[in-house]
Amino acid sequence: MSDVALRTAAAAPARETLPRERPDWVAHAVLILGVVLFALPVWIVLVGSTYDAASIGRGEVPLIPRADLSTYAEIWDDGSGRQGATPVWRMLLNSGLMALLIMTGKIAVSILSAFAIAFFRFPGRMLFFWLIFLTLMLPVEVRIIPTYEVMAGLHLINSMTGLTLPLIASATATLLFRQVFLAIPDELVEAARMDGAGPLRFLRDILIPVSSTNIAALAVILFVYGWNQYLWPLLVASDPQLDTIVIGIVKMIGSEAQTDWNRVMGTTVLALLPPVAIVLLMQRWFVKGLTEGEK
Amino acid sequence: MQRRTLFEGRLLPYLLVAPQLLVTAIFFLWPAGQAVKASFLRQDAFGIRTQFVWFENFTALFEDELYRQSAWNTVIFAVCVTALAMGIALLFAVFADRDIRARGAYRTLMIWPYAIAPAVAAVLWIFLFHPQIGLFGRMLNNAGVHWDYKLNGTQAMMVVIAASAWKQVSYNFIFFLAGLQSIPRAVIEAAQIDGAGAWRRFRTITFPLLSPTTFFLIIVNVVYACFDTFGVIHALTQGGPGKATETLIYKVYVDGVVNLDLGSSSAQSVILMAVVMILTMIQFRFVERRVHY
Repeated sequence: MSDVALRTAAAAPARETLPRERPDWVAHAVLILGVVLFALPVWIVLVGSTYDAASIGRGEVPLIPRADLSTYAEIWDDGSGRQGATPVWRMLLNSGLMALLIMTGKIAVSILSAFAIAFFRFPGRMLFFWLIFLTLMLPVEVRIIPTYEVMAGLHLINSMTGLTLPLIASATATLLFRQVFLAIPDELVEAARMDGAGPLRFLRDILIPVSSTNIAALAVILFVYGWNQYLWPLLVASDPQLDTIVIGIVKMIGSEAQTDWNRVMGTTVLALLPPVAIVLLMQRWFVKGLTEGEK
Repeated sequence: MQRRTLFEGRLLPYLLVAPQLLVTAIFFLWPAGQAVKASFLRQDAFGIRTQFVWFENFTALFEDELYRQSAWNTVIFAVCVTALAMGIALLFAVFADRDIRARGAYRTLMIWPYAIAPAVAAVLWIFLFHPQIGLFGRMLNNAGVHWDYKLNGTQAMMVVIAASAWKQVSYNFIFFLAGLQSIPRAVIEAAQIDGAGAWRRFRTITFPLLSPTTFFLIIVNVVYACFDTFGVIHALTQGGPGKATETLIYKVYVDGVVNLDLGSSSAQSVILMAVVMILTMIQFRFVERRVHY
């Protein structure tokens, strides 16, 4: 943590003699430019979602929104508005469920395996560790077809299980928890054992509470990861009833000539709202978890 | 690192690793093995007979003009995305690290795009650069530039690079800022007393001390550009126009899922696996060693 007061105090007396700092307004200018660079695309979409498809199509959308949320009412039940389109509430439900299942699944599975690897010695331990590590090098993208065949063989195509189960093995989370567990002082473990706590009791009553900040930080990262999945749902869920919202937007664009752009814009706003809100609300934990866990 | 205190248990540790190991074996290791196997096989046109062809799928790929084109696209794409996303993030991080008013607010306003999906970033950029409905796309056309990324390959590449880099700036910003904050103030102040100006301090002290972060981010950004930008390309250009924005990942998808060319798609998968492995190994070496000049 940097101490602002101390820093300025140390710099203040020397200010006269030191080479001149760039004035603050340069910093403000650069940073405001950055904020605009990030906010502008979202602002345009937000504004567009309050206008009708025709004015967007003519490119006549101003930079100020109007008080009209009818687009949202339409997409909530009708989605793209075409025949048999998936309603946006269902897409949001699918995305939310998928993100939560992947998040909890990954955390649970990695805590268990990291616990075994950090606190037990058993034949095959290092082999298992390396097998788990290997998954880092095998993202879905590099094994599309054979993974699809396994999924088809297990009848997991077009199911929520298929969307989530294969994604819950995570080397990153396991490595992170292993690090956290290795840093737990031996005295704590001794004390627990002296009090007669078995391994599972220790895991539940001591280890998990002690690592709760790490779990919270990881939860944010994994929720975003789950919500933002694209290639995987595209592969294993062709059923429109299982469309996530990210997939749903791109499908809505489909053939451009008949696209209701205001609907696409409204859906985009709804697609980015939940993960952005979570990152902002949990900002401090999330930043710490990201930079301390390396990835 | 090893623990001194351990728990006893014969069956328990196996039960604890079982869930992860099962998922890993069924959905990662087995398919990866299948991909390696299929990369040495070739099916006839009717899918009846399968023949072992050694490295023919690979040599066919390397001789294929289209494959080399998509490899070249990937290189250009990855270099541009990495350079843009890291350069811009470093600029913002250096200024956000200064003691100025509202710096907390600036940081918050720079972090949130981390949460945006690559495909959603692509959709946002459609509304900026679409030739008819995009804010800047229309401006360009009104100014007499023939702007249409659906027809012009170079323009298409520019838009997918911009959208992909835009999404990644926040991630880099978070890491650069953390790296800057871990540099001891005393070092910078000592240089200041010695009369080094801001740019010189940055060039000779700050930037070299940031090198562990920089190396780590280079690997992460290249991996991101190569593997996580499928959504950007699929939503924006679908690899087109022609094959102008077809990267290696996009080509694996097209050849495997759309064209159902198993042998070739598997050989491409195996090549990509090798790429990820090399990148992961470099990353872990650097992270372990913490490079310093």
